[in-house]
Amino acid sequence: MKELDAEALCRQLAELIRPHVTPTTALVGIYTGGLWLAERLHAELGIAQPLGAIDVSFYRDDYGSKGLHARPQKTDIPFNVDGAHVILVDDVLYTGRTTRAALNELFDFGRPAAVELAVLVDRGSRELPIAARYCAHPLPQPLPREQNLELQRDDDGHFTLKLTQAKPATR
Amino acid sequence: MRNPQLNQHGELQHLLTLDGLPRDILTAILDTAAPFTEVAEREVKKLPLLRGKSVFNLFFENSTRTRTTFEIAAKRLSADVVNLNINTSSAAKGESLLDTVDNLCAMQADMFVVRHAASGAPMLIAQHLQNTGRDHIHVVNAGDGRHAHPTQGLLDMYTIRHFKQDFTNLTVAIVGDVLHSRVARSQIAALTTLGVPEVRVIGPKTLLPTEVEKLGVRVFHDMHEGLKGVDVVMMLRLQNERMNGALLPTPQEYYKIWGLTAEKLALAKPDAIVMHPGPMNRGVEIDSAVADGAQAVILPQVTFGIAVRMAVMSMLGSH
Repeated sequence: MKELDAEALCRQLAELIRPHVTPTTALVGIYTGGLWLAERLHAELGIAQPLGAIDVSFYRDDYGSKGLHARPQKTDIPFNVDGAHVILVDDVLYTGRTTRAALNELFDFGRPAAVELAVLVDRGSRELPIAARYCAHPLPQPLPREQNLELQRDDDGHFTLKLTQAKPATR
Repeated sequence: MRNPQLNQHGELQHLLTLDGLPRDILTAILDTAAPFTEVAEREVKKLPLLRGKSVFNLFFENSTRTRTTFEIAAKRLSADVVNLNINTSSAAKGESLLDTVDNLCAMQADMFVVRHAASGAPMLIAQHLQNTGRDHIHVVNAGDGRHAHPTQGLLDMYTIRHFKQDFTNLTVAIVGDVLHSRVARSQIAALTTLGVPEVRVIGPKTLLPTEVEKLGVRVFHDMHEGLKGVDVVMMLRLQNERMNGALLPTPQEYYKIWGLTAEKLALAKPDAIVMHPGPMNRGVEIDSAVADGAQAVILPQVTFGIAVRMAVMSMLGSH
């Protein structure tokens, strides 16, 4: 896979979303990478609704086999979900299970008018009927399972996309 | 020997006591509890973690607050909750504790929340489950005799951390009937493990266990001395129901010497917080003006108790 310029992809993603922003549009970032991205998009697009954050640890479908995530974060939805146009933001779209969990969690706060998904990269290998409305970079070929792709943010707030070998499951 | 509360992966298998529980596990429980506090503000106050699991509240001793908060915590995690008040059921007909447990296991229990007047009853159940190869069933001690009340200790630690952030620069005073208090034992164990440099116990000699200083605490028999400069005042309930014989003069006299009044609280730091595990005896161990005053965090303790119990149950139920 060739090197991806996360900063450029982030600007592209903002331009893809911009024409569809309305006064009821609210962004919700999924911890951790998705939230960084959502913070950036929120400022870039001048979104009026306050930024939301979701940690899907309590909604994951692998809790029974993998247990609870070590340090779950607080989900914070600071706007009225009823009737809102919500854009879920994540760094990388993969199996779709995280998005499923985030959707379930979001609906426990109310009934949005519409929910869309925005991602920097779609790495393929979906296991659920989920698609991103806004995607800056769909990979032409799915990434192999043993590879991990995620957004990183350095101390200056600069984004990079990091490809690593996935850790083998410990149990 | 392995800590009987941990499984072979070092994860929490049962929660029986805070004594000997490693600091990283204590901290992990407190960290996990934090996001659960937010659930109470949602329209749908429910998370799917324990969906399809059955939690049995096994209360061999009366309790309102603890049983209710365990029940709310389990229900917010989507578990099915069965409340058994054993006072009025089979035990009264002579069934043994472990027979009761075996019967409930046959009803596909996944977790027992146990309160018992006998110290060690939850441990006995945990050992029985292990000896019979039922490692998927978890036990939470909701108070056993004078021994331990770990979730109360944990919610107290959560409350202290919430208001004081750091444990390592605090002076904490535990006041009153330490002798009969499982809460005090759990508090002392947790405070010591979390690195509180000075834990004081204050009370009359008749209500402090002999050699209590061996638990790593400073002992005071004078409220005015003991409360000087403390950051946290943890009041205990005077447990009349557990007392045999005359350990005290009258409640009025106890209040005069050991009751927390505004005047005595003024000896603590100006930003000191006042805690009480409930139920309170107003006018015995604590004055109403203090209990309802600006420094009291007694009701936040109750609210945090739900989140802490959710954290414990979700950590147990995940394996």
